[in-house]
Amino acid sequence: MTTLYTTDHEWLRIEGDVATIGVTDYAQSQLGDVVFVELPKVGRSLKKAEAAAVVESVKAASDVYAPITGEVLEVNDALAAEPALVNSDAAGKAWFFKLKIADKSELGGLMDEAAYARHTA
Amino acid sequence: MLASETETALKTTPLHALHTASGGRMVPFAGYDMPVQFATGVMREHLHTRSSAGLFDVSHMGQLELRAKSGRIEDAALALERLVPQDILAVAPGRQRYAQFTNDAGGILDDLMVANFGSHLFLVVNAACKAGDEAHLRAHLSDSCVIEPLPDRALIALQGPKAETVLARLCPEISAMRFMDTGPRRIDGVDCFVSRSGYTGEDGFEISVPAEQAEAFAKKLLGDGDVLPIGLGARDSLRLEAGLCLYGHDIDTSTTPVEGALEWSIQKSRRPGGARAGGFPGADAILPQLEKGAPRRRVGLRPEGRAPVREGAPLFADEASSEQIGKVTSGGFGPSLNAPVAMGYLPVSLAAAGSLVFAELRGTRLPLRVAATPFVPNTYKR
Repeated sequence: MTTLYTTDHEWLRIEGDVATIGVTDYAQSQLGDVVFVELPKVGRSLKKAEAAAVVESVKAASDVYAPITGEVLEVNDALAAEPALVNSDAAGKAWFFKLKIADKSELGGLMDEAAYARHTA
Repeated sequence: MLASETETALKTTPLHALHTASGGRMVPFAGYDMPVQFATGVMREHLHTRSSAGLFDVSHMGQLELRAKSGRIEDAALALERLVPQDILAVAPGRQRYAQFTNDAGGILDDLMVANFGSHLFLVVNAACKAGDEAHLRAHLSDSCVIEPLPDRALIALQGPKAETVLARLCPEISAMRFMDTGPRRIDGVDCFVSRSGYTGEDGFEISVPAEQAEAFAKKLLGDGDVLPIGLGARDSLRLEAGLCLYGHDIDTSTTPVEGALEWSIQKSRRPGGARAGGFPGADAILPQLEKGAPRRRVGLRPEGRAPVREGAPLFADEASSEQIGKVTSGGFGPSLNAPVAMGYLPVSLAAAGSLVFAELRGTRLPLRVAATPFVPNTYKR
């Protein structure tokens, strides 16, 4: 299992041909108190860089983009009931959705943990 | 280089160093570098203000004195009445009143507070409008009045149910003030102008302080265990829950005071049949609306789902109609209501509380109910 990161402050946990996607702790700290999360429909085909989900804080709405191309296999319904999970456990319980990876070569353009740490430093 | 130039172009308030030292997340607002939130976060800052006391830096707002050349405050009041639809002559010494500068079309140039300080009027106007307001006052009132901006004064709001207790520790006499009472007070050795007012829906005070004493004064208040510094984020969610207009968003030059649901602020003396009816810019447009109403009206809106519906969202009468009937002018999440809240403009036929309308958000129509404001009851000490 590897975890990769995007410049838009999303993380991807890769297990076989499935990627679990969420936003980073840095992203949640910038967003502030999350009050609403809108998730994509299961079965939707997402293209890389397409707006896939929305996360709203008291102040503003932000898009969460599909970091890679793939079909939505599962979404985290717990976020609808408890959006504040994004603040309390961004890297864990607050995963957004799972994608079936369409093209593994797209993973090559993402950052590993060390590179992401330098990106946010 | 470009970024740093932009940053240096921003103005700062006398509390800027305190904000950055207190962990304020600074953002540009109305030309000023202002804290949008502190480490506490918008949600808890909001709730703390409703349950305890919050300190807000509103020094970016404009403070001005208006004096009649005759020396009689009545002449300053009558002069100002040429620019606003309010009865200024009736504002008693030590009292203040909400007003609007109108333009010839009846639109709102700015909204403001007008206080009677005995010998002169004291005005507080919006930051983004203050240069324009000063020019407007000079252009129209210089014949009879002296207009003096007070850029060397900070403005601090202390808001919430514990605001009185906190401020009374430094100045017991403020407990005798009622909502909209105002005037000079000496607090802890500082010559302040204090009014019992604010923009959160809570009881509280707005305190004008000489700039050089502002940081020490703010620190004294923040030293009280009940007080937290509050940023612009919570200021916005608090005023939205209180149903209060934000100039440039909920009201502007394209909206009249009647469309903005502000006719409560226009006294009988300035209405048809009143002692000084009309005589302000746009009276020809506004007076008939006071009698017959306006075709559209600002209303409170409660989205039925959990999704915040924000400024700019178009409004529709039903789920399918292609005809936009209005738009959201302010919207977000109300932490005290634990639900999204908004305000916007609708045709009067749909402006009654309980009406169902739809906002379009990311390609989906979401239902909203027209609701009475304030969304959260205010707690002013009348």
